[in-house]
Amino acid sequence: MRRREALYGVLFALPYLLGLVLWTGGPVIASAVLSFFSYDMITPRFLGFGNYIFAFTADDLFWSSLGRSFYFVLLSVPTGVFGSLLLAWLLDQKIGGFKLLRALFYVPSLTPVVAVAVLWSWLLHPQIGPVNLAIRALFHVPGPNWLGHPDWAVPSLVIMGLWAGLGSNRMLIFLAGLQGVPTELYEAAQIDGAGTWGRFTHVTLPMISPTIFFNLILAIIGALQVFASAYVATGGGPAHATWFFSLHIYQNAFKYFRMGYASALAWLFLLVILFFTWIQFQMQGRWVYYAGEVK
Amino acid sequence: MLTVLAVLLAALFVLPFLWTVTTSLKRASEIYAVPPTLFPAEPQWRNFSLLFTRVPFLRWIYNSLIITITNVIGITLSALLVSYSFSRFRWPGRDIVFMICLGTMMLPGEVTFIPTYILFAKLKWVDTWRPLMVPAWFGGGPFNIFLLRQFFLSLPRELDEAALIDGANPFTILWEILVPLCKPAITTVVVINFIAVWNDFFGPLIFLNSIEKYTISLGTQWFAGTIGNLTSFGEPTTQLVMAATLIATTPCVVLFAAAQRYFVEGIVTTGLKGAGV
Repeated sequence: MRRREALYGVLFALPYLLGLVLWTGGPVIASAVLSFFSYDMITPRFLGFGNYIFAFTADDLFWSSLGRSFYFVLLSVPTGVFGSLLLAWLLDQKIGGFKLLRALFYVPSLTPVVAVAVLWSWLLHPQIGPVNLAIRALFHVPGPNWLGHPDWAVPSLVIMGLWAGLGSNRMLIFLAGLQGVPTELYEAAQIDGAGTWGRFTHVTLPMISPTIFFNLILAIIGALQVFASAYVATGGGPAHATWFFSLHIYQNAFKYFRMGYASALAWLFLLVILFFTWIQFQMQGRWVYYAGEVK
Repeated sequence: MLTVLAVLLAALFVLPFLWTVTTSLKRASEIYAVPPTLFPAEPQWRNFSLLFTRVPFLRWIYNSLIITITNVIGITLSALLVSYSFSRFRWPGRDIVFMICLGTMMLPGEVTFIPTYILFAKLKWVDTWRPLMVPAWFGGGPFNIFLLRQFFLSLPRELDEAALIDGANPFTILWEILVPLCKPAITTVVVINFIAVWNDFFGPLIFLNSIEKYTISLGTQWFAGTIGNLTSFGEPTTQLVMAATLIATTPCVVLFAAAQRYFVEGIVTTGLKGAGV
């Protein structure tokens, strides 16, 4: 009976087992191997660590694109995660029209990335876009050149991402986490004299810290990989201002067909992500509170 | 007071859509008018039909539909099979494989798409839809497997056992007993994945070269050009691009509105479990 169960189990799991080899395991190993070669889709040439050395020393866009991706993470993750949290908190406050409000917050995240980028390229148009028109009308100064200015390009992408991301799945997950906080804790805090802010910092935040942790990790990994909005809205410009690491990999792979080099870049990228995730896991002991934990 | 704040925020989120709608109904000259107008003088409904003559938009809609529907069917069917295995059967290595499955959620696409692209290039599948449709049939990915597995785990084993006593085999148990009970979870999987595939940009970008094979996402981007180059067709086309944007977004909004309850539940379940709450 056990044998039959195991047989059926493997049988049903076969699509995934095959897929794991074909689309995950295989490619991961293949790209690792590829990173030690130069490959232009026709002839491979063994380079040893050549690609990695080139990345660190001779590729003038390597460090700068990595830095730009970090910069984007710095600007977009804290604002994005805590913005979603605040939206969720707002929805949790027993206000009227909850379902409709939640839907309205959520709808921007359903928009195709391309549509978001095209839409915001228009909204942020320096002369005729509504944003600058409003700025001119309210503050009597010409607004910045948003996507066309090297200093404003990344913040523009951040704003775009916030519009599309604040009310998204992240917010839904926060909302569910908030709804799971036992009300007795709030009542106890109120008896002890805590006001709204006090209740938020001493009850809400600790109790949802696992959810914050989870969303933070996903947000960082996601922000590091941002590609479509930059590609569509700015094409990596102006003057490489939005040339994120993902764009760098894309260009090396699909414009120059330097498959080996792009694979090396991809692996370096994976290491960066693993490193960030590892750091987060190390630090979670300091600030994440798991209610069910036994110390 | 908080309600006011919430309504203001909701307005902020909705305003860009409003702008999309009004811009799509303007004349080209109105868009660049100074001082700018909020509403068009007369709604140019013909912008929408112009869109279809200017680019093969109908073709793109058709392409997107085919690709998306094939994907969704593939993902749903294979994820059902795989999560059935993870939740109802014991087999050697099952838990390790499941952990690996979850682990791959953190894997950036960059490490896999280059060899995958090379594989498809060698198979001569580039500039076809096969690379976009085939991988979906291999389990559907960790998110869907996790979601359905959680759901299966909540269905009592007694149902399986009763059917076994009646002589049913595992296939029958799955299709005739468990799946009909899974409608909420299946709805969630279908809706979430429809939206994800419909909106996908990167896949079509790297695999499709011929314009008539483009999906809506890729086509709209190609049509719009990059910032500062909205006149790629020799005249302002912003109003047409806005019309395209509206059409591209509508199915997702409609699906979401129809399946909101299941959709939210599905995301929340996966998210909370993932957060360890």
